[in-house]
Amino acid sequence: MTDLRRRGGGGDTDNSDNISDKEADGEDRLACPGEAESKDATPDVAPPSENTPHCLNKALEGLPPRWKNYWIRGVLSLAMISGFFLIIYLGPITLILVVMTVQIKCFQEIITIGYRVYRSYELPWFRTLSWYFLVCVNYFFYGETLADYFGALVQREEPLQFLSRYHRFISFALYLAGFCMFVLSLVKKHYRLQFYMFAWTHVTLLIVVTQSHLVIQNLFEGMIWFIVPISIVICNDIMAYLFGFFFGRTPLIKLSPKKTWEGFIGGFFSTVVFGFLLAYLLAQFQYFVCPVGYNSETYRFTVECEPSELFILQEYTLPAVVQNETVQLYPFQIHSIFLSSFGSLIGPFGGFFASGFKRAFKIKDFADTIPGHGGIMDRFDCQYLMATFTHVYIGSFIRGPNPTKVLQQLLGLQPAQQLSIFNTLSSHLRERGMLPPVAAWTPRPPSPLR
Amino acid sequence: KQTSHSELKDGASDSDSKVDSGPPEVPVTSDDTPEVLNKALSGLSSRWRNWWVRGILTMAMISFFFFIIYMGPIVLMMIVLCVQIKCFQEIIHIGYSVYHSYHLPWFRSLSWYFLLCVNYFFYGETVTDYFFSLVQREEPLRILSKYHRFISFALYLTGFCMFVLSLVKKHYRLQFYMFGWTHVTLLIVVTQSHLIIHNLFEGMIWFIVPISCVICNDIMAYMFGFFFGRTPLIKLSPKKTWEGFIGGFFATVVFGILLSYVMAGYRYFVCPVEFNNDTNRFQVDCEPSELFQLTDYVLPKMELRWLYPFQIHSVALSAFASIMGPFGGFFASGFKRAFKIKDFANTIPGHGGIMDRFDCQYLMATFVNVYIASFIRGPNPSKVIQQLLALRPDQQLYIFNSLKTHLTERGLLPALERAAA
Repeated sequence: MTDLRRRGGGGDTDNSDNISDKEADGEDRLACPGEAESKDATPDVAPPSENTPHCLNKALEGLPPRWKNYWIRGVLSLAMISGFFLIIYLGPITLILVVMTVQIKCFQEIITIGYRVYRSYELPWFRTLSWYFLVCVNYFFYGETLADYFGALVQREEPLQFLSRYHRFISFALYLAGFCMFVLSLVKKHYRLQFYMFAWTHVTLLIVVTQSHLVIQNLFEGMIWFIVPISIVICNDIMAYLFGFFFGRTPLIKLSPKKTWEGFIGGFFSTVVFGFLLAYLLAQFQYFVCPVGYNSETYRFTVECEPSELFILQEYTLPAVVQNETVQLYPFQIHSIFLSSFGSLIGPFGGFFASGFKRAFKIKDFADTIPGHGGIMDRFDCQYLMATFTHVYIGSFIRGPNPTKVLQQLLGLQPAQQLSIFNTLSSHLRERGMLPPVAAWTPRPPSPLR
Repeated sequence: KQTSHSELKDGASDSDSKVDSGPPEVPVTSDDTPEVLNKALSGLSSRWRNWWVRGILTMAMISFFFFIIYMGPIVLMMIVLCVQIKCFQEIIHIGYSVYHSYHLPWFRSLSWYFLLCVNYFFYGETVTDYFFSLVQREEPLRILSKYHRFISFALYLTGFCMFVLSLVKKHYRLQFYMFGWTHVTLLIVVTQSHLIIHNLFEGMIWFIVPISCVICNDIMAYMFGFFFGRTPLIKLSPKKTWEGFIGGFFATVVFGILLSYVMAGYRYFVCPVEFNNDTNRFQVDCEPSELFQLTDYVLPKMELRWLYPFQIHSVALSAFASIMGPFGGFFASGFKRAFKIKDFANTIPGHGGIMDRFDCQYLMATFVNVYIASFIRGPNPSKVIQQLLALRPDQQLYIFNSLKTHLTERGLLPALERAAA
């Protein structure tokens, strides 16, 4: 937390000046146009921050600061992408842990901004309460995920079975305890600050925690549903930047003056092509395509299965306009086109939202965690919208309900209801020819041997 | 309205919160009192007048409550929807006043748009769950229900993009504040009103008893505090006392037991609300579950008593209403002090806004929903059928065989079926 102290003491010139003078008027109404304008001009390329590791600094000593910054950004980008490959290689458990770590870091970054905005370091209990709510909401979500995917394991262990049966009640009780502590911690002079921080915490939880759990659910569907969306967003970022750098002329939106229409459109097309190719590459491997399953006997995660029809090559005829041929494609590649389109067209709105947020609270970056890039949240702002879209997409167009879960619910019903469902199901299956029709049964005379 | 909102100023410094220290005076009658009441009470002094107004309005609200219960489930749903919209409007209006943001571009439209989106999402899920056969029958409804989540998400995203496009240079922070304010309000008001509707569908008794417990606790705590109150309970609400709190607790538990005894005898209250496909009407007709059948309980050192099991549950509900419910009230009091308003609005003469009456109810509704899901209700059969029919045929066959084995073990399947299938 050393950079926090430094910033609070005015050490980091970029950020702390902005924060202290915005609080000087003590009002949240932005009345002075002059103060806002200077921040909206295209920010200059910033000199490398003090977080740059010493070895990088030495290596780039000779270069002018502008190139130095580009090199640092480039090196860190490659480092992050390599890190991404590494954790994919390490498997689902590592991915879940990384997602959780990213979630906690993003939460901490946003809450820290809230503290700074409201100068509420000295509020009683509030740091504890924010982390407590984070733990509660995570407990609720992870519990639901565990109960869904590890049903067999949960049923076996006695304490887990109890926790899972009354999971919602326990989560609600934990949340209520936090709520009551908040009410009891209200201090006379700080009511408004405390309510603001309460709301800030809850909105952050809503954005960060729920969507990180959607990411994990996408992951369980098959690692390809995790890798392709994230890669699409990264590719769109990079491609839009490159197209904008070489061809950019027409500004896109006042909110982010560095974005251009050329970058936007170029990024769109290149991302669609990239997604298409990446989907083709990944769809061949069972490791990426199979839902993550838990093997109760070996206590390990397995990714082995019969690939679903999405990941089996099929013939498609091209429209006669293009060529009179058939091509072999994975159906998943068609879906990847939709994912890429969303990532290029709507994903940037997540970035604009974060830019607007940073301008509203006059901060340059969410934090200084990654040299040259800013905080973790800076890298992940577009990802969250993409993850939610992927989850909704899977839920609407790809995945059916989970059969184990349906059976579990069936066995929980009353016997009369089970019987009626049984009858409905048997007539349904008979119609489809999956069951022999009743009329084919003829009574067999009792065997004389009995 | 002028008096309560004029001092609203947003600032990080709380030097002007000195006015919060003393206990509030008995409020002066607001201008909303109907003329007829004013005339009738013109002879009394202003203090008594206010109590009469409060008393009459309380009676009016309780009678109205009975009336809408009599009218049936559809009317109740409509009322819940109206209350939700009014509470949302009251809270958003406070946000506007706090941030002087009346002139923000588009923001009023965006708030109402988000309210519409979230309601569409929740009502769609409810309709799909409970009216499954109706939905399957009508073609447009079927498509809307199959892609419901996608459509809701698309609608929400449109609102999100419009928000981003509406960001104006000088007003970024205000706009983000209002965005956050809207979403927190949606989270509190809309999700919990839908939990109320879920409780209602479980059986009207699950709607009436919790609301009545909260109302009873309010009134009883006030009475006990009035007659016996000496020790203050919490700095936040100086008028609450420990005597009122404890007296209200015991009175509410007794009231809950008696009320559930009265109601559990009637099918109208006890049966889940269902939609009859043939008559296209709601009906409340069923075989009461074992919760609502008189059972013998052996109490230590006493004879057998005839109780409904539901009455035991009502003790839990009343206990929650008396102990935790007030925390919802304290939260709302803290909120009002934080933003220096006396009441949420002036809708009900003598009482304030709709939100003032409903602040404890929301916490109660969530608790009842979680309670039902954890301890009472099994899965919803129509939802299970829905999911079953959406599976692949081989998965359906697998489930069919498992179910057949299960039912055969329990002896529920006659030998004929067993041999044929």
